[in-house]
Amino acid sequence: MEKHDIVIIGGGPAGLAAAVAARKAGIQDILILERDGCLGGILNQCIHNGFGLHTFKEELTGPEYAARYIDMVLEEKIPYKLNTMVIDINKEKEVTVINREDGLTTIQAKAIILAMGCRERPRGALNIPGYRPAGIYSAGTAQRLMNIEGFSVGKEVVILGSGDIGLIMARRMTLEGAKVKVVAELMPYSGGLKRNIVQCLDDYGIPLKLSHTVVNIEGKERVTGITIAQVGPDRKPIPGTEEHYTCDTLLLSVGLIPENELSRSIGINMSRITSGPEVNDQLETSSEGVFACGNVLHVHDLVDYVSEEATLAGTNAAAYVQAGEEKENCHVVELKAENGVRYTVPQTLDVNHMQDKVTVRFRVADVYKDRYITVYYDGVQVSKKKKKVLAPGEMEQVILKKDSFGEYPDLKNIVICTEVE
Amino acid sequence: METRELICIGCPLGCPLTVRIDGENVEVSGNTCKRGEDYAHKEVLSPTRIVTSSVHVKGGELEMVSVKTKEDIPKGKIFEIMEEIRKTSVDAPVVIGDVIIDNCAGTGIPVIATKNVDRV
Repeated sequence: MEKHDIVIIGGGPAGLAAAVAARKAGIQDILILERDGCLGGILNQCIHNGFGLHTFKEELTGPEYAARYIDMVLEEKIPYKLNTMVIDINKEKEVTVINREDGLTTIQAKAIILAMGCRERPRGALNIPGYRPAGIYSAGTAQRLMNIEGFSVGKEVVILGSGDIGLIMARRMTLEGAKVKVVAELMPYSGGLKRNIVQCLDDYGIPLKLSHTVVNIEGKERVTGITIAQVGPDRKPIPGTEEHYTCDTLLLSVGLIPENELSRSIGINMSRITSGPEVNDQLETSSEGVFACGNVLHVHDLVDYVSEEATLAGTNAAAYVQAGEEKENCHVVELKAENGVRYTVPQTLDVNHMQDKVTVRFRVADVYKDRYITVYYDGVQVSKKKKKVLAPGEMEQVILKKDSFGEYPDLKNIVICTEVE
Repeated sequence: METRELICIGCPLGCPLTVRIDGENVEVSGNTCKRGEDYAHKEVLSPTRIVTSSVHVKGGELEMVSVKTKEDIPKGKIFEIMEEIRKTSVDAPVVIGDVIIDNCAGTGIPVIATKNVDRV
């Protein structure tokens, strides 16, 4: 059986950064498995700029950001296989893969890094009435068709969902000569970054209708029109508020779901909130030696944070392979998300083996103004930071320092929450 | 005297800004920090953007190569630039940074490639 120290599943931004970090940590034998025909993942179709402000201190487009990491992988001569699909992984860390050259093969790994990314929530998950005409695309599919394959997607467009991909596509289609008539958002706030609302919608006079949803799709062969309606606090359409738009295209930007079929096949403990694996501060899942990073772990807004997280996963996977034995004397503490904090990543932390600093990332449940983000160790408040605004669309973080645990030798849990005063 | 409403993009707070413009004289209200004021000044006096798009490639491993204006261009020039980009196609190979259109739409700023596309 083919054997490797670290097998990385996915050659997008997370997989690339994890590979580079693992090599820098001293692991020679690494293999990246990528199902697409090139490395770089979703960045290849994200041709807009705004990537890399944190990582490279300059504003790059998606393909340029990807190229920086691809160059590092090539420079380090890290092997990768393209057009290669992983179809199974198991607790023994055997990875079953399939491609045209090798057929079906199994690879034995000492450590696995899950970096499969996420996919878009499809129309089928939304219960919108109407036929199934041509002209309904998830925003990312339309993005790929336009930016990579060079097709024109539509001329008159309605967009449901104000996630960042939907906003980016509203601008993109406008620049290509389409008329984007409206962006409807179910929630009373946008799920996208402020900058995208201003530069993708306001710049082009595209209206954003909050608390609105699509209630009907017309057209049998091709979309001919869309009806939207306002929704109440129960998110149900309010009769009498319907508005009709003539259009040939409906784009859906209604959320991203981490792609975890493989993680589930090993029986990893999953978070019901992130739809990703539960991990400890090493970004190791409940299956020993299996690490996770990037959008497969939880959906990120910024690729810079994906790279940072993946670098940590790569470094820790390398340390796991090099140690070759189980850790002793662990002191595992649970991280709890409460009062407006929806989840934390990681979910647990080993006080005895943690790095000097651990970044805990999370999202809030609603738009909050003038709140504190507060951290408690076993009920004792240890930090409090005022935030003028918190929004579900913007990932937040707190940094926990190892030396802050010195006074808590019997610590059982850490609570991260929002507080009004 | 002209009044404009803007939303600051300096941070997630998104302060609603009211800008009173009297020639070169700009008065900003509604901002909660200095960044809001700076943003409003730039946005009303000389708003600029980076334009990104993609153009067809002949003889390449990919159908399209992504491109951008090398620097910020005046916001009012966006559609003129897009018109030139739409008329353009290139021959593979293309390397990141290659000039695709020199002096696009009279801005003096080139449109450059942001992706590598090998020849097939």
